[in-house]
Amino acid sequence: MKKRSLLQRSIVIGIVTLLGLYIVIGPRGRRPHFKDFTPSGMKANLAQNIHLGLDLKGGSHLVMRVKTEEYLKRLTEDAATAAQNAAKDAGFDAKEARAETTSGNYRVILQVGDPSKAKEIREAVEKKVNIADHDGWSFSPSGNSLTWTLSGSAQRTLAESATEQALKIIESRINAVGVAEPTLQRHGGQNSHEILLQMPGIQDPEHVKQQLGNPSHLELVHVVGPPSPAPHQTYATKEDAIASLNSGGNIPANRRVLPYTERVELTGQEANANTPLPKKWVVVESPAIIDGAEVRTAAAIPARGGGEQYEIQFSLKKSGADKFGAWTGANINEYMGVALNDEVKSIAFIKSQISDSGEITGNFSKQSADDLVLTLRSGALPAGIQYQEERTVGPSLGADSIRSGVRASLLGLILVVAFMLFYYRGSGINAVVALLLNMVLMLAGLVMFGATLTLPGIAGIILTIGMAVDSNVLIFERIREEMRSGKTIPSSIEQGFGHAFVTIIDTHVTTIVSSLFLYAFGAGPIRGFAVTLVIGLLVNLFSAVYVSRTIFMWLLSRKGRRVESLSI
Amino acid sequence: MFQLFHNIRVDWLGKRRFFIGISIVLMLAGMGSAVYRHKFHPKGTEAFNLGVDFKGGTVVTVRFKQPPTAETLRTSIDRAGIRDAVIQPILDKPGEFLIRVAQQGPQSESESQTQAGVDAARAKVGLALKSFGESNAEIIGTDAVGEVASKQLRTQAIAVTIAALIGMLLFIAFRFEWTYGAAAVIAVFHTVLVTLGLFSIFQIEINLTVIAALLTLVGFDVNDSIVIFDRIRENRKLHRRMSLYEVTNLSINQTLSRTVITSGLVFLSVVALVLLGGETLRPFSLALLMGIIFGTYDTIAVAGPIMVWWERRVEAANKQPAAAARASGVSSGRNPAPGSRARNGVGKPSRAA
Repeated sequence: MKKRSLLQRSIVIGIVTLLGLYIVIGPRGRRPHFKDFTPSGMKANLAQNIHLGLDLKGGSHLVMRVKTEEYLKRLTEDAATAAQNAAKDAGFDAKEARAETTSGNYRVILQVGDPSKAKEIREAVEKKVNIADHDGWSFSPSGNSLTWTLSGSAQRTLAESATEQALKIIESRINAVGVAEPTLQRHGGQNSHEILLQMPGIQDPEHVKQQLGNPSHLELVHVVGPPSPAPHQTYATKEDAIASLNSGGNIPANRRVLPYTERVELTGQEANANTPLPKKWVVVESPAIIDGAEVRTAAAIPARGGGEQYEIQFSLKKSGADKFGAWTGANINEYMGVALNDEVKSIAFIKSQISDSGEITGNFSKQSADDLVLTLRSGALPAGIQYQEERTVGPSLGADSIRSGVRASLLGLILVVAFMLFYYRGSGINAVVALLLNMVLMLAGLVMFGATLTLPGIAGIILTIGMAVDSNVLIFERIREEMRSGKTIPSSIEQGFGHAFVTIIDTHVTTIVSSLFLYAFGAGPIRGFAVTLVIGLLVNLFSAVYVSRTIFMWLLSRKGRRVESLSI
Repeated sequence: MFQLFHNIRVDWLGKRRFFIGISIVLMLAGMGSAVYRHKFHPKGTEAFNLGVDFKGGTVVTVRFKQPPTAETLRTSIDRAGIRDAVIQPILDKPGEFLIRVAQQGPQSESESQTQAGVDAARAKVGLALKSFGESNAEIIGTDAVGEVASKQLRTQAIAVTIAALIGMLLFIAFRFEWTYGAAAVIAVFHTVLVTLGLFSIFQIEINLTVIAALLTLVGFDVNDSIVIFDRIRENRKLHRRMSLYEVTNLSINQTLSRTVITSGLVFLSVVALVLLGGETLRPFSLALLMGIIFGTYDTIAVAGPIMVWWERRVEAANKQPAAAARASGVSSGRNPAPGSRARNGVGKPSRAA
């Protein structure tokens, strides 16, 4: 009976050990090859199996926040302009529309001439603008002003979808830039609107950041002024442009004043990057005819003038092409501008109806044209992004941390092993076997869960080793105590394990419970600590109790029932 | 066999006033340092020397082939328009420097400008390094944390530590008694406070890895307390005539070898980490070192006395309703049945058993 259970235990331990070793140093996802079992093959597999965090491997770690409040603000402002236009189009007297966007409140307020028509105006507006009840807006008329308020839950839904959209766009931009094995995921709580981007091996994330941060808000706008053949209307200063609006120094809701840098060919200057081009101002209609979301494809081609300059050709999606076609058909000889990030890049007059394609000209270098094309293709970010954390670790710095960390841990381990062998003699071997097995199985656990090893993770390993040693000390001290109280050796071992086991379970479960709390409330590094710790402690219950016990059983079975001494 | 302790009978609880006195002095010293530094900023120090993780700002790690002196480096960094940069040579790696830069741009300015601060520091330091020759200096690492993120990390560090303590309290209360849980958690909390106090006194940097170390020492510390509590629970069944006071002393003495061996071994490993672990791990390993020392100490000096004191209070409070219940002939639910765990026989040795 005793013999059989010893055999069973030995088989279980043997299988688990081999399995653990294979998981750690064997190949993943392919059949093993003879080469895998040579020292260099094992080393290569080990390096492949254990994912090192960026703090150990080197690379860039960026946390960015999507400025969702900016997105909601723009949404509300656009809705306000659109509401006024819709009301006017339907023949109502809509005096003024404004957007109120302060501290979490988003409101569209429309001043109307005839409050008794509120219901009809509301209908006309909601037919064209998405601010009806089912869009999450609530309507409240009061005297001459009609107010639509965006509800809190709709704000959250919109902010959430903006973040998701930003995540997708960032993903496509990252892929286009060609970063190897990036990690891109949501970061922080549900309402934090943060995105985590990790790029292993990238030391200087500047270029990637430029690509990501580029809002590339493209719009095709109507430039206000007399139609061609008169030249398009520009102003030397912003003040002049505003004065031309005759609205007492304010810009009305349906107009915007944008800077415009004239192209080199028009001013007749040499294409010389060192000569700053004169900046002028133009007045354009708001909202834009169409925006960048309607762009289907874009390509950078050398500019017709030749030389080092490039221009961008783009084509539009069906919905955009319909709008653009209708507008250009109705506005022949009017001037149209291409605005990028609130700056007019080029102005041209409409010769004939254009439907689905166009071009942006204006002093692009190959690099800037390519970058712009990339952002146009992947679509515009719904809102700007803000960097909250940026960490880069050089591979040598990471390697240094690993090396000194490993060196220190090894020294610690040697001291522990030496002491255990000195103090507990023969039984010390027990503890050392259990400790080594613990480390192998812990690594196997990390590999199996695909966990990433980071510096805090190493802290978790240190705590695990400490607790593994502690388990053995608890058991051995207890066995010694039982022997001192005059029990036989087999019963001392039995009792020692029995009593120590209760304590070991209590200490382990307490730490696991608190680790679960850490996992639930902590982010990134703290979670890494919790994961390693939980894996290590679960493994330890096996290696320190089950394995150590089996070794004692084996010792007893060799010596027979009437053992006189135990090396402990 | 070689034996560390044998048959010792130390009256640990008898020295509780001395122990608790030491703990209070240590805690007050730490808090005093934090408050004093917070109020008066001697030599420009703050209550805690928070790293970029918690304060915001940028740390740039630079490696030189031919290292300049710290003064030359400072001059060229000043010239690049960075004020109050802290330049710290990495002692165990010649030629490497840590350059700490506060958040660029005043915090009250618009969002986009504070935002720029996260990356601007790297660019400025890069510019400053150009004066040492293109291939001589190399930026090998940066840590830049914006204001919002550092605030979040700060809140999170406090939240996770408290969450971990609550988790422990609940589980120990479930396995033992809630007074045991409270005593263990107070002891752990005391260790965390003392460690943070020493970090304030010696102005060691507190960063994310220090939080990992604090969580580690919370684990070790509570581990120690549970080992002793477990022994107390066991001894109470074996020695029914002993008072809780005696049982606690006995249990501390019985587990003393284990406490000393385990803590000693962990202490040795951590000393190795302090000496060999390198500059980046230094705050982490120092936090562990202090945690091990005070964690071992407080189990005997803080957790035990508080638990015994509390259990006695609970017992005293229970006696009155129990006596009233006996008088009226109704049995009280709070009055434990003879032989039930822990609470039986608290205080004076019980003759009934």
